[in-house]
Amino acid sequence: MSLAQMTVTAEPEATEQGKRWAGLGRATRLGLGILLPLVLAAGWELAVHLGWSNGRLVPPPSVVFATFVELWRAGELQRHIAVTTGRVAAGFAIGVIAGTFVGAIAGYSALVRRLIDPTMQALRSIPSIAWVPIFILWFGIFEASKITLIAVGVFFPVYLGVMGAIMSVDRKLVEVGRAFRLSPAAMMRRILLPAVLPHYVIAIRSGLGLGWMFVVAAELLGASEGLGFLLVDGQQLGKPAQIVAAIVAFAIIGKISDWIVVIATAPFLRWEDRARGAEA
Amino acid sequence: MLTIDRVGKVYPNGVRALDGVNIEVGPGEVVVVVGGSGCGKSTLLRAICGLDAPTQGRVVLDNVEITAPQEKIGIIFQEPRLLPWLTVADNVAFGIAHLPRAEREARVARVLERVGLADKAGVWPRELSGGQAQRVAIARALVPRPEVLLLDEPFSALDAFTRADLQEHVLALWSDLKPTLIMVTHDVDEAVVLADRIVVMRPRPGRIMTEIDADLPRPRDRQSAAFDFVKRRVLAALDRSLERNTVTDDGQTKTEAGAALWW
Repeated sequence: MSLAQMTVTAEPEATEQGKRWAGLGRATRLGLGILLPLVLAAGWELAVHLGWSNGRLVPPPSVVFATFVELWRAGELQRHIAVTTGRVAAGFAIGVIAGTFVGAIAGYSALVRRLIDPTMQALRSIPSIAWVPIFILWFGIFEASKITLIAVGVFFPVYLGVMGAIMSVDRKLVEVGRAFRLSPAAMMRRILLPAVLPHYVIAIRSGLGLGWMFVVAAELLGASEGLGFLLVDGQQLGKPAQIVAAIVAFAIIGKISDWIVVIATAPFLRWEDRARGAEA
Repeated sequence: MLTIDRVGKVYPNGVRALDGVNIEVGPGEVVVVVGGSGCGKSTLLRAICGLDAPTQGRVVLDNVEITAPQEKIGIIFQEPRLLPWLTVADNVAFGIAHLPRAEREARVARVLERVGLADKAGVWPRELSGGQAQRVAIARALVPRPEVLLLDEPFSALDAFTRADLQEHVLALWSDLKPTLIMVTHDVDEAVVLADRIVVMRPRPGRIMTEIDADLPRPRDRQSAAFDFVKRRVLAALDRSLERNTVTDDGQTKTEAGAALWW
């Protein structure tokens, strides 16, 4: 079969399949995504009910749910979530601002990049936990050290993403800026930053993910509040259901925060000529 | 008056792209530069607009030497190079951001009307065809009202119909404001349709081979004998520029036929 024939026959199939998936409603697609966790949860619940496992160390979903509701009723869960979210938000904001600024300069200027990038790469490879003792010495055991740790976690993916994206901006678009005599600041604002926006959103999202990781590290190692504290507390008091409830809470707010970033940035990315439709 | 004075360019890797190029272009004149690939046409244009400085000689516009991009000089590239995150109207307004809003909007509306894209003001560049995108690029370059407009093979990626249509657009826009037009092309028909004067270049290093007057009345009839005559002269010069005609006295027609096939 010739190449031309192959393309001709392949195309209708592809579009038909696309149509089939597009034909599924939004609700159906959501349902598909939630199917796997539901089946797993139901399976475990059944296993405990049938006596295959006593469910003491791995509590079944019903017990986790009960703990979740109980913590929520007492107002405990809200308080811990608020504290943890506040820490992540503060660290995330600092990390994103610093990462964007330094990444943009390093991407724009080869001299700055040669000066600072090796150091940045070295710092980036330090495991997050290694910072904790020194940050506690420097910033005390309260909020400052935790927020700094989170900011460090957010900083590196944002820095790397912005720098790499700016270095790879199409020379031809940069030339348009030069032909219109843009100053370096205007070049950054009007050409480079908009051009990197799609990459930037991805960098911010991976930064946010690391932010949630680092907040746990910070809270595990000394906190009296927060979801990380709830984890340690559950371990020390032998309450696995509380640990799982806290983990579930992490999953939910982590996903919501990522979703907020996607929704908030979507209006700025409508211009994108994407091969695949909205994947969020 | 734009003066290109003994301009030469040697790239850092040692390639001599241009050598001793002299051209004088009067206000409102249309000069088309033709030549084989690698004869430094684009390099010349980039030197004129100040994107790349020449290594010898200088480019002077109205007694000011050009060393960096100027407001008086606009450039249209081979590709539209629209900014994909701006709408068509915002792309056109890109070079006049310093003007007050009302003035900006009026100018954009007028020029979009002029290139026949008034209904596309709010769409994203990805929704345009190649010809439409290049028309937006022309509008963007014209809207700051440059004294000199440079065109670097602007229609080479388009089909013949779209190309002829865009040539008409360029001529119409040119007759509005009468900027000096310098265009690089490898399409001899295009050169004869647009030019007052055709500069033929030869490669390695890029030099001027000859200048041919194309002072035909406008609008030009592509079927006319005068048109054909100018075209044949350009083709013959191009053939000589590539040193493919070794016998000069034997069959002038032969050369021309060969040139017509080649170009």
